[in-house]
Amino acid sequence: MSSDHVDSTPDRPSGDTGRSGLLRVHPDGTASNGSRIFGILLLIAIAAFLAVALVISPADSGPDASENAMGDMVRIMYVHVPSAVACYTAFFVTAVASAAYLWKRTEGWDLLAAASAEVGVVFTALTLATGSIWGHIAWGTWWEWDARLTSTLLMFIVYIGYLALRGAILDPVVRAKRSAVLGLVAFANVPLVHFSVQWWRSLHQDPTISRFDPTIDGLKLFALMFGMLLGIAIYVWLMIHRFRLKYATAALESKGLDVALAERRAEAGADAYAAAVKGSNL
Amino acid sequence: MSESRVSVPNFGSTWHDAKLVMVKDLRLEWRSRVILGQVVPFAVLVLVLFGFALDPDRRVLTEATPGLFWLAVLFSTLLALQRAFAVETADGVTDALRMSGLDPAGIFLGKTLGIAIHLLALEVVLLAGVTLFYGATPHGPLLLVATCLAATAGLAAVGSIFGVLSSSLRVRDTLLPLLLLPTVAPVLIAASQAFAAAYADASGDGWRWFGLLAVFALLYLAIGIFAFEPLLEES
Repeated sequence: MSSDHVDSTPDRPSGDTGRSGLLRVHPDGTASNGSRIFGILLLIAIAAFLAVALVISPADSGPDASENAMGDMVRIMYVHVPSAVACYTAFFVTAVASAAYLWKRTEGWDLLAAASAEVGVVFTALTLATGSIWGHIAWGTWWEWDARLTSTLLMFIVYIGYLALRGAILDPVVRAKRSAVLGLVAFANVPLVHFSVQWWRSLHQDPTISRFDPTIDGLKLFALMFGMLLGIAIYVWLMIHRFRLKYATAALESKGLDVALAERRAEAGADAYAAAVKGSNL
Repeated sequence: MSESRVSVPNFGSTWHDAKLVMVKDLRLEWRSRVILGQVVPFAVLVLVLFGFALDPDRRVLTEATPGLFWLAVLFSTLLALQRAFAVETADGVTDALRMSGLDPAGIFLGKTLGIAIHLLALEVVLLAGVTLFYGATPHGPLLLVATCLAATAGLAAVGSIFGVLSSSLRVRDTLLPLLLLPTVAPVLIAASQAFAAAYADASGDGWRWFGLLAVFALLYLAIGIFAFEPLLEES
Protein backbone atom coordinates (compact mmCIF):
# COMPACT_ATOMS: atom_id res chain seq x y z
CA MET A 1 0.00 0.00 0.00
CA SER A 2 1.62 3.27 -1.03
CA SER A 3 2.10 6.04 1.47
CA ASP A 4 -0.15 8.61 -0.16
CA HIS A 5 -3.18 6.32 0.22
CA VAL A 6 -2.69 5.72 3.90
CA ASP A 7 -3.56 8.60 6.11
CA SER A 8 -2.51 7.86 9.66
CA THR A 9 -4.48 10.82 10.97
CA PRO A 10 -7.89 10.55 9.27
CA ASP A 11 -10.41 13.22 10.13
CA ARG A 12 -12.96 10.71 11.31
CA PRO A 13 -15.03 11.08 14.44
CA SER A 14 -14.35 7.42 15.14
CA GLY A 15 -12.43 6.04 18.06
CA ASP A 16 -8.81 5.19 18.07
CA THR A 17 -7.27 2.68 20.42
CA GLY A 18 -3.83 4.21 20.11
CA ARG A 19 -1.41 5.00 17.38
CA SER A 20 1.71 5.16 19.50
CA GLY A 21 4.45 2.57 19.86
CA LEU A 22 3.77 -0.84 18.36
CA LEU A 23 0.34 0.13 17.04
CA ARG A 24 1.57 3.16 15.10
CA VAL A 25 0.81 2.84 11.39
CA HIS A 26 4.01 3.20 9.47
CA PRO A 27 3.73 5.18 6.20
CA ASP A 28 5.36 2.36 4.20
CA GLY A 29 3.04 -0.41 5.33
CA THR A 30 2.03 -2.31 8.42
CA ALA A 31 5.52 -2.71 9.89
CA SER A 32 7.31 -0.34 12.21
CA ASN A 33 10.78 -0.50 13.74
CA GLY A 34 9.34 -2.03 16.90
CA SER A 35 7.41 -4.75 15.08
CA ARG A 36 10.41 -5.47 12.82
CA ILE A 37 12.65 -6.10 15.83
CA PHE A 38 9.85 -8.20 17.37
CA GLY A 39 9.64 -10.17 14.12
CA ILE A 40 13.38 -10.84 13.99
CA LEU A 41 13.35 -11.98 17.62
CA LEU A 42 10.42 -14.27 16.76
CA LEU A 43 12.35 -15.85 13.88
CA ILE A 44 15.29 -16.56 16.20
CA ALA A 45 12.88 -17.97 18.80
CA ILE A 46 11.21 -20.20 16.18
CA ALA A 47 14.61 -21.60 15.16
CA ALA A 48 15.45 -22.28 18.81
CA PHE A 49 12.00 -23.84 19.36
CA LEU A 50 12.41 -26.18 16.38
CA ALA A 51 15.79 -27.26 17.72
CA VAL A 52 14.32 -27.98 21.17
CA ALA A 53 11.12 -29.61 19.91
CA LEU A 54 12.58 -31.75 17.13
CA VAL A 55 16.14 -32.52 18.26
CA ILE A 56 17.05 -31.68 21.83
CA SER A 57 13.94 -32.90 23.69
CA PRO A 58 13.78 -36.70 24.05
CA ALA A 59 11.19 -38.97 22.41
CA ASP A 60 8.40 -40.15 24.70
CA SER A 61 9.08 -43.38 26.53
CA GLY A 62 5.80 -43.47 28.44
CA PRO A 63 5.31 -44.24 32.12
CA ASP A 64 7.84 -46.88 33.18
CA ALA A 65 8.90 -47.36 29.55
CA SER A 66 5.57 -49.09 28.80
CA GLU A 67 4.15 -49.91 25.37
CA ASN A 68 1.97 -46.81 25.70
CA ALA A 69 4.89 -44.61 24.77
CA MET A 70 4.34 -42.23 21.87
CA GLY A 71 7.96 -42.06 20.80
CA ASP A 72 8.74 -39.30 18.34
CA MET A 73 5.04 -38.75 17.72
CA VAL A 74 4.78 -36.83 20.98
CA ARG A 75 6.44 -33.92 19.17
CA ILE A 76 3.21 -32.99 17.38
CA MET A 77 1.89 -31.88 20.77
CA TYR A 78 4.43 -29.04 20.77
CA VAL A 79 2.58 -27.55 17.79
CA HIS A 80 -0.96 -28.75 18.52
CA VAL A 81 -1.31 -27.47 22.09
CA PRO A 82 0.20 -24.00 21.39
CA SER A 83 -2.01 -23.46 18.32
CA ALA A 84 -5.07 -24.53 20.34
CA VAL A 85 -4.10 -22.08 23.11
CA ALA A 86 -3.57 -19.35 20.50
CA CYS A 87 -6.93 -19.93 18.78
CA TYR A 88 -8.89 -19.86 22.04
CA THR A 89 -6.97 -16.74 23.09
CA ALA A 90 -7.80 -15.13 19.74
CA PHE A 91 -11.55 -15.84 20.02
CA PHE A 92 -11.53 -14.72 23.65
CA VAL A 93 -9.97 -11.42 22.52
CA THR A 94 -12.66 -11.17 19.79
CA ALA A 95 -15.39 -11.65 22.40
CA VAL A 96 -13.86 -9.10 24.80
CA ALA A 97 -13.34 -6.57 21.98
CA SER A 98 -16.93 -7.17 20.79
CA ALA A 99 -18.27 -6.48 24.28
CA ALA A 100 -16.05 -3.41 24.52
CA TYR A 101 -17.37 -2.20 21.16
CA LEU A 102 -21.00 -2.57 22.28
CA TRP A 103 -20.10 -0.61 25.40
CA LYS A 104 -17.82 2.13 24.00
CA ARG A 105 -18.94 2.18 20.32
CA THR A 106 -15.46 3.10 19.09
CA GLU A 107 -14.09 1.75 15.83
CA GLY A 108 -10.80 0.48 17.27
CA TRP A 109 -12.53 -2.27 19.27
CA ASP A 110 -14.35 -3.48 16.15
CA LEU A 111 -11.10 -3.64 14.16
CA LEU A 112 -9.43 -5.48 17.04
CA ALA A 113 -12.26 -8.05 17.15
CA ALA A 114 -12.05 -8.54 13.38
CA ALA A 115 -8.25 -8.91 13.31
CA SER A 116 -8.32 -11.37 16.19
CA ALA A 117 -11.02 -13.50 14.55
CA GLU A 118 -9.00 -13.70 11.32
CA VAL A 119 -5.84 -14.81 13.12
CA GLY A 120 -7.92 -17.15 15.29
CA VAL A 121 -9.41 -18.93 12.25
CA VAL A 122 -5.88 -19.63 10.95
CA PHE A 123 -4.79 -21.07 14.30
CA THR A 124 -8.01 -23.12 14.51
CA ALA A 125 -7.30 -24.67 11.11
CA LEU A 126 -3.80 -25.54 12.37
CA THR A 127 -5.26 -26.97 15.59
CA LEU A 128 -7.75 -29.14 13.69
CA ALA A 129 -5.12 -30.40 11.25
CA THR A 130 -2.61 -31.30 13.98
CA GLY A 131 -5.42 -32.70 16.17
CA SER A 132 -6.54 -34.94 13.35
CA ILE A 133 -2.97 -36.21 12.83
CA TRP A 134 -2.68 -36.76 16.58
CA GLY A 135 -5.96 -38.67 16.47
CA HIS A 136 -4.64 -40.86 13.68
CA ILE A 137 -1.64 -41.74 15.83
CA ALA A 138 -3.37 -42.04 19.19
CA TRP A 139 -6.78 -43.44 18.24
CA GLY A 140 -6.07 -44.94 14.84
CA THR A 141 -8.69 -42.78 13.11
CA TRP A 142 -8.41 -39.38 11.46
CA TRP A 143 -11.53 -38.20 13.22
CA GLU A 144 -12.88 -39.09 16.62
CA TRP A 145 -16.09 -37.54 17.99
CA ASP A 146 -14.14 -36.19 20.89
CA ALA A 147 -15.71 -33.19 22.70
CA ARG A 148 -12.72 -30.91 22.24
CA LEU A 149 -12.17 -31.79 18.58
CA THR A 150 -15.88 -31.55 17.68
CA SER A 151 -16.51 -28.27 19.50
CA THR A 152 -13.36 -26.81 17.92
CA LEU A 153 -14.62 -27.78 14.46
CA LEU A 154 -18.02 -26.16 15.07
CA MET A 155 -16.27 -23.07 16.46
CA PHE A 156 -14.15 -22.95 13.30
CA ILE A 157 -17.30 -22.95 11.13
CA VAL A 158 -19.04 -20.28 13.23
CA TYR A 159 -16.02 -17.96 12.97
CA ILE A 160 -15.83 -18.53 9.21
CA GLY A 161 -19.46 -17.33 9.29
CA TYR A 162 -18.33 -14.36 11.40
CA LEU A 163 -15.79 -13.39 8.75
CA ALA A 164 -18.44 -13.94 6.03
CA LEU A 165 -20.83 -11.62 7.89
CA ARG A 166 -18.12 -8.96 8.07
CA GLY A 167 -17.46 -9.35 4.36
CA ALA A 168 -21.17 -9.00 3.50
CA ILE A 169 -21.82 -5.61 5.15
CA LEU A 170 -20.44 -2.43 3.63
CA ASP A 171 -21.57 0.14 6.20
CA PRO A 172 -18.82 0.12 8.87
CA VAL A 173 -21.17 1.00 11.76
CA VAL A 174 -23.79 -1.65 10.91
CA ARG A 175 -20.98 -4.16 10.35
CA ALA A 176 -19.41 -3.34 13.69
CA LYS A 177 -22.68 -3.72 15.64
CA ARG A 178 -23.78 -6.95 14.03
CA SER A 179 -20.34 -8.55 14.22
CA ALA A 180 -20.01 -7.52 17.86
CA VAL A 181 -23.22 -9.38 18.73
CA LEU A 182 -22.06 -12.41 16.73
CA GLY A 183 -18.60 -12.24 18.34
CA LEU A 184 -20.24 -12.57 21.75
CA VAL A 185 -22.78 -15.24 20.75
CA ALA A 186 -20.11 -17.35 19.03
CA PHE A 187 -17.92 -17.40 22.11
CA ALA A 188 -20.81 -18.06 24.52
CA ASN A 189 -21.70 -21.07 22.40
CA VAL A 190 -18.31 -22.82 22.71
CA PRO A 191 -18.85 -24.25 26.24
CA LEU A 192 -22.45 -25.26 25.37
CA VAL A 193 -21.29 -27.26 22.35
CA HIS A 194 -18.41 -28.71 24.35
CA PHE A 195 -20.57 -29.97 27.22
CA SER A 196 -23.33 -31.30 24.99
CA VAL A 197 -20.84 -33.28 22.90
CA GLN A 198 -19.15 -34.52 26.07
CA TRP A 199 -22.48 -35.73 27.51
CA TRP A 200 -23.43 -37.24 24.20
CA ARG A 201 -20.16 -39.17 23.89
CA SER A 202 -20.14 -40.28 27.51
CA LEU A 203 -23.32 -42.27 26.75
CA HIS A 204 -21.33 -44.59 24.54
CA GLN A 205 -17.82 -44.61 25.90
CA ASP A 206 -15.29 -42.80 28.02
CA PRO A 207 -14.55 -39.42 26.44
CA THR A 208 -10.78 -39.87 26.69
CA ILE A 209 -9.81 -43.04 24.90
CA SER A 210 -6.21 -42.29 24.06
CA ARG A 211 -4.15 -45.43 23.73
CA PHE A 212 -1.11 -43.39 24.59
CA ASP A 213 -0.21 -41.75 27.82
CA PRO A 214 2.77 -39.49 27.25
CA THR A 215 4.67 -38.33 30.29
CA ILE A 216 5.32 -34.63 29.88
CA ASP A 217 8.20 -33.59 32.10
CA GLY A 218 11.68 -32.17 31.93
CA LEU A 219 12.72 -31.08 28.46
CA LYS A 220 9.37 -32.15 26.99
CA LEU A 221 7.56 -29.86 29.41
CA PHE A 222 10.01 -27.11 28.50
CA ALA A 223 9.34 -27.64 24.77
CA LEU A 224 5.57 -27.48 25.38
CA MET A 225 5.81 -24.30 27.48
CA PHE A 226 8.21 -22.73 24.98
CA GLY A 227 5.76 -23.60 22.19
CA MET A 228 2.82 -22.04 24.05
CA LEU A 229 4.72 -18.79 24.70
CA LEU A 230 5.84 -18.75 21.07
CA GLY A 231 2.28 -19.40 19.87
CA ILE A 232 1.00 -16.40 21.85
CA ALA A 233 3.93 -14.28 20.57
CA ILE A 234 3.20 -15.22 16.95
CA TYR A 235 -0.47 -14.38 17.57
CA VAL A 236 0.54 -10.95 18.91
CA TRP A 237 2.85 -10.31 15.93
CA LEU A 238 0.13 -11.28 13.43
CA MET A 239 -2.39 -9.16 15.33
CA ILE A 240 -0.18 -6.06 15.12
CA HIS A 241 -0.06 -6.40 11.36
CA ARG A 242 -3.69 -7.34 10.80
CA PHE A 243 -4.89 -4.57 13.07
CA ARG A 244 -2.72 -1.96 11.33
CA LEU A 245 -3.88 -3.19 7.93
CA LYS A 246 -7.53 -2.98 9.00
CA TYR A 247 -6.95 0.47 10.43
CA ALA A 248 -5.33 1.65 7.22
CA THR A 249 -8.12 0.07 5.12
CA ALA A 250 -10.78 1.79 7.22
CA ALA A 251 -8.93 5.09 6.85
CA LEU A 252 -8.66 4.58 3.09
CA GLU A 253 -12.37 3.72 2.77
CA SER A 254 -13.37 6.75 4.77
CA LYS A 255 -11.02 8.98 2.77
CA GLY A 256 -12.24 7.47 -0.49
CA LEU A 257 -15.81 8.24 0.56
CA ASP A 258 -14.87 11.83 1.36
CA VAL A 259 -13.17 12.21 -2.03
CA ALA A 260 -16.19 10.71 -3.85
CA LEU A 261 -18.55 13.00 -1.92
CA ALA A 262 -16.45 16.03 -2.81
CA GLU A 263 -16.45 15.00 -6.49
CA ARG A 264 -20.24 14.48 -6.54
CA ARG A 265 -20.72 17.82 -4.79
CA ALA A 266 -18.52 19.47 -7.41
CA GLU A 267 -20.56 17.82 -10.20
CA ALA A 268 -23.84 18.76 -8.55
CA GLY A 269 -22.52 22.27 -8.09
CA ALA A 270 -21.70 22.56 -11.80
CA ASP A 271 -25.09 21.09 -12.80
CA ALA A 272 -26.93 23.40 -10.45
CA TYR A 273 -24.99 26.35 -11.85
CA ALA A 274 -25.83 25.27 -15.42
CA ALA A 275 -29.50 24.81 -14.49
CA ALA A 276 -29.56 28.19 -12.80
CA VAL A 277 -28.04 29.83 -15.88
CA LYS A 278 -30.53 27.99 -18.11
CA GLY A 279 -33.42 29.00 -15.83
CA SER A 280 -32.45 32.66 -15.91
CA ASN A 281 -32.41 32.57 -19.72
CA LEU A 282 -36.00 31.33 -19.92
CA MET B 1 -48.85 4.02 22.62
CA SER B 2 -48.28 5.31 26.13
CA GLU B 3 -45.40 7.65 26.84
CA SER B 4 -44.26 5.71 29.87
CA ARG B 5 -43.21 2.85 27.61
CA VAL B 6 -40.59 4.95 25.86
CA SER B 7 -39.15 6.65 28.92
CA VAL B 8 -39.43 4.05 31.66
CA PRO B 9 -38.75 0.48 30.51
CA ASN B 10 -40.91 -1.97 32.42
CA PHE B 11 -41.69 -5.60 31.96
CA GLY B 12 -45.41 -5.12 31.35
CA SER B 13 -44.90 -2.88 28.33
CA THR B 14 -42.21 -5.22 26.92
CA TRP B 15 -44.72 -8.02 27.12
CA HIS B 16 -47.41 -5.85 25.53
CA ASP B 17 -45.06 -5.00 22.61
CA ALA B 18 -44.12 -8.66 22.26
CA LYS B 19 -47.81 -9.60 21.93
CA LEU B 20 -48.33 -6.90 19.28
CA VAL B 21 -45.44 -8.21 17.15
CA MET B 22 -46.46 -11.83 17.64
CA VAL B 23 -50.10 -11.18 16.70
CA LYS B 24 -48.90 -9.26 13.61
CA ASP B 25 -46.79 -12.24 12.51
CA LEU B 26 -49.57 -14.75 13.18
CA ARG B 27 -52.05 -12.59 11.24
CA LEU B 28 -49.59 -12.39 8.34
CA GLU B 29 -49.28 -16.17 8.38
CA TRP B 30 -53.05 -16.62 8.61
CA ARG B 31 -53.52 -14.44 5.53
CA SER B 32 -50.58 -15.72 3.45
CA ARG B 33 -50.36 -19.33 4.73
CA VAL B 34 -46.71 -19.61 3.67
CA ILE B 35 -45.68 -21.79 6.65
CA LEU B 36 -48.78 -23.98 6.41
CA GLY B 37 -48.81 -24.20 2.62
CA GLN B 38 -45.07 -24.42 1.88
CA VAL B 39 -42.87 -25.08 4.92
CA VAL B 40 -45.00 -27.85 6.49
CA PRO B 41 -45.24 -29.82 3.19
CA PHE B 42 -41.47 -29.34 2.82
CA ALA B 43 -40.92 -30.83 6.30
CA VAL B 44 -43.07 -33.85 5.44
CA LEU B 45 -41.14 -34.20 2.17
CA VAL B 46 -37.86 -34.29 4.15
CA LEU B 47 -39.27 -37.21 6.19
CA VAL B 48 -40.09 -39.05 2.96
CA LEU B 49 -36.62 -38.32 1.53
CA PHE B 50 -34.98 -39.72 4.68
CA GLY B 51 -37.02 -42.85 4.04
CA PHE B 52 -35.62 -43.08 0.49
CA ALA B 53 -32.05 -42.45 1.68
CA LEU B 54 -32.06 -44.96 4.54
CA ASP B 55 -34.08 -48.11 4.63
CA PRO B 56 -37.63 -48.88 3.58
CA ASP B 57 -38.01 -51.76 6.03
CA ARG B 58 -38.54 -49.38 8.96
CA ARG B 59 -35.90 -50.94 11.25
CA VAL B 60 -33.24 -48.27 10.58
CA LEU B 61 -35.91 -45.58 10.29
CA THR B 62 -37.45 -46.43 13.67
CA GLU B 63 -34.03 -46.40 15.31
CA ALA B 64 -33.06 -43.09 13.70
CA THR B 65 -36.44 -41.41 14.27
CA PRO B 66 -35.34 -38.92 17.00
CA GLY B 67 -32.40 -37.59 14.97
CA LEU B 68 -34.33 -37.47 11.69
CA PHE B 69 -37.25 -35.69 13.35
CA TRP B 70 -35.00 -32.93 14.69
CA LEU B 71 -33.03 -32.67 11.44
CA ALA B 72 -36.32 -32.12 9.61
CA VAL B 73 -37.22 -29.47 12.22
CA LEU B 74 -33.85 -27.74 11.75
CA PHE B 75 -34.16 -27.59 7.95
CA SER B 76 -37.72 -26.28 8.25
CA THR B 77 -36.58 -23.74 10.86
CA LEU B 78 -34.25 -22.23 8.25
CA LEU B 79 -37.17 -21.74 5.87
CA ALA B 80 -39.47 -20.41 8.59
CA LEU B 81 -36.79 -17.91 9.64
CA GLN B 82 -36.17 -16.72 6.11
CA ARG B 83 -39.91 -16.17 5.83
CA ALA B 84 -40.15 -14.44 9.22
CA PHE B 85 -37.42 -11.94 8.34
CA ALA B 86 -38.27 -11.54 4.67
CA VAL B 87 -41.57 -9.93 5.75
CA GLU B 88 -39.57 -7.50 7.93
CA THR B 89 -37.01 -6.53 5.29
CA ALA B 90 -39.53 -5.90 2.52
CA ASP B 91 -40.89 -2.34 2.34
CA GLY B 92 -38.57 -1.20 5.14
CA VAL B 93 -40.66 -2.73 7.91
CA THR B 94 -37.55 -2.95 10.10
CA ASP B 95 -37.21 0.84 10.04
CA ALA B 96 -40.92 1.20 10.76
CA LEU B 97 -40.61 -1.18 13.74
CA ARG B 98 -37.62 0.76 15.02
CA MET B 99 -39.40 4.09 14.76
CA SER B 100 -42.66 2.74 16.19
CA GLY B 101 -41.29 3.19 19.70
CA LEU B 102 -41.72 -0.49 20.52
CA ASP B 103 -39.26 -1.89 23.04
CA PRO B 104 -36.49 -3.79 21.14
CA ALA B 105 -36.66 -6.58 23.72
CA GLY B 106 -40.41 -6.74 23.06
CA ILE B 107 -39.85 -6.98 19.30
CA PHE B 108 -37.34 -9.80 19.91
CA LEU B 109 -39.73 -11.70 22.19
CA GLY B 110 -42.59 -11.16 19.74
CA LYS B 111 -40.61 -12.47 16.77
CA THR B 112 -39.37 -15.40 18.88
CA LEU B 113 -42.89 -16.27 20.04
CA GLY B 114 -44.27 -16.06 16.52
CA ILE B 115 -41.53 -18.32 15.14
CA ALA B 116 -41.94 -20.71 18.09
CA ILE B 117 -45.70 -21.06 17.48
CA HIS B 118 -45.07 -21.79 13.79
CA LEU B 119 -42.41 -24.37 14.70
CA LEU B 120 -44.63 -26.05 17.31
CA ALA B 121 -47.39 -26.47 14.72
CA LEU B 122 -44.79 -27.92 12.35
CA GLU B 123 -43.55 -30.33 15.03
CA VAL B 124 -47.08 -31.64 15.63
CA VAL B 125 -47.34 -32.48 11.91
CA LEU B 126 -43.86 -34.05 11.95
CA LEU B 127 -44.69 -36.16 15.03
CA ALA B 128 -47.71 -37.51 13.20
CA GLY B 129 -45.43 -38.02 10.17
CA VAL B 130 -42.80 -40.10 11.98
CA THR B 131 -45.54 -42.20 13.59
CA LEU B 132 -47.12 -42.79 10.19
CA PHE B 133 -44.01 -43.25 8.00
CA TYR B 134 -41.46 -44.68 10.45
CA GLY B 135 -43.80 -46.53 12.79
CA ALA B 136 -42.26 -44.94 15.88
CA THR B 137 -44.53 -44.76 18.91
CA PRO B 138 -43.49 -42.62 21.89
CA HIS B 139 -43.74 -43.84 25.49
CA GLY B 140 -43.03 -40.68 27.44
CA PRO B 141 -45.56 -38.09 26.22
CA LEU B 142 -44.67 -35.60 28.98
CA LEU B 143 -40.95 -35.68 28.11
CA LEU B 144 -41.84 -35.42 24.42
CA VAL B 145 -43.92 -32.27 24.92
CA ALA B 146 -41.40 -30.70 27.33
CA THR B 147 -38.53 -31.39 24.89
CA CYS B 148 -40.48 -29.86 22.00
CA LEU B 149 -41.24 -26.71 24.04
CA ALA B 150 -37.67 -26.20 25.34
CA ALA B 151 -35.96 -27.03 22.04
CA THR B 152 -38.37 -24.80 20.10
CA ALA B 153 -37.78 -21.89 22.49
CA GLY B 154 -34.02 -22.24 21.95
CA LEU B 155 -34.31 -22.58 18.16
CA ALA B 156 -36.66 -19.60 17.91
CA ALA B 157 -34.46 -17.40 20.14
CA VAL B 158 -31.23 -18.17 18.24
CA GLY B 159 -33.17 -17.92 15.00
CA SER B 160 -34.49 -14.44 15.83
CA ILE B 161 -30.99 -13.21 16.73
CA PHE B 162 -29.40 -14.59 13.56
CA GLY B 163 -32.43 -13.72 11.46
CA VAL B 164 -32.14 -10.02 12.24
CA LEU B 165 -28.32 -10.27 12.12
CA SER B 166 -28.42 -11.45 8.52
CA SER B 167 -31.53 -9.54 7.45
CA SER B 168 -31.24 -6.99 4.63
CA LEU B 169 -27.98 -8.62 3.45
CA ARG B 170 -27.76 -9.83 -0.10
CA VAL B 171 -26.13 -13.06 1.11
CA ARG B 172 -28.62 -13.70 3.93
CA ASP B 173 -29.98 -16.93 2.45
CA THR B 174 -26.55 -18.54 2.42
CA LEU B 175 -25.21 -16.89 5.57
CA LEU B 176 -28.12 -17.81 7.86
CA PRO B 177 -27.60 -21.61 7.69
CA LEU B 178 -23.84 -21.20 8.13
CA LEU B 179 -24.35 -19.27 11.36
CA LEU B 180 -27.45 -21.01 12.69
CA LEU B 181 -26.72 -24.70 12.24
CA PRO B 182 -23.41 -24.91 14.16
CA THR B 183 -24.85 -22.75 16.93
CA VAL B 184 -27.90 -24.96 17.41
CA ALA B 185 -25.81 -28.16 17.37
CA PRO B 186 -26.41 -28.57 21.15
CA VAL B 187 -30.18 -28.42 20.49
CA LEU B 188 -29.93 -31.16 17.87
CA ILE B 189 -27.87 -33.37 20.19
CA ALA B 190 -29.96 -32.76 23.32
CA ALA B 191 -33.38 -32.91 21.66
CA SER B 192 -32.47 -36.09 19.76
CA GLN B 193 -31.23 -37.74 22.95
CA ALA B 194 -34.32 -36.67 24.91
CA PHE B 195 -36.55 -38.00 22.12
CA ALA B 196 -34.56 -41.25 22.02
CA ALA B 197 -35.23 -41.61 25.76
CA ALA B 198 -38.93 -40.85 25.25
CA TYR B 199 -39.25 -43.40 22.43
CA ALA B 200 -37.29 -46.05 24.34
CA ASP B 201 -39.40 -45.59 27.50
CA ALA B 202 -36.35 -44.48 29.48
CA SER B 203 -37.54 -41.01 30.42
CA GLY B 204 -35.11 -40.65 33.33
CA ASP B 205 -32.11 -40.01 31.05
CA GLY B 206 -34.16 -37.69 28.91
CA TRP B 207 -34.84 -35.13 31.62
CA ARG B 208 -31.11 -34.40 31.88
CA TRP B 209 -31.14 -33.46 28.19
CA PHE B 210 -34.28 -31.42 28.74
CA GLY B 211 -32.29 -29.46 31.35
CA LEU B 212 -29.60 -28.68 28.77
CA LEU B 213 -32.29 -27.52 26.31
CA ALA B 214 -33.81 -25.26 28.96
CA VAL B 215 -30.40 -23.71 29.78
CA PHE B 216 -29.75 -23.15 26.05
CA ALA B 217 -33.15 -21.50 25.56
CA LEU B 218 -32.77 -19.23 28.62
CA LEU B 219 -29.22 -18.20 27.61
CA TYR B 220 -30.27 -17.18 24.10
CA LEU B 221 -33.47 -15.50 25.27
CA ALA B 222 -31.31 -13.39 27.60
CA ILE B 223 -28.78 -12.60 24.84
CA GLY B 224 -31.59 -11.64 22.47
CA ILE B 225 -33.29 -9.36 25.01
CA PHE B 226 -30.04 -7.42 25.50
CA ALA B 227 -28.61 -7.63 21.98
CA PHE B 228 -31.66 -6.73 19.90
CA GLU B 229 -31.31 -3.00 20.45
CA PRO B 230 -27.88 -2.62 18.71
CA LEU B 231 -29.06 -5.01 16.00
CA LEU B 232 -32.16 -2.99 15.21
CA GLU B 233 -30.36 0.37 15.17
CA GLU B 234 -29.42 1.51 11.68
CA SER B 235 -29.79 -1.98 10.26
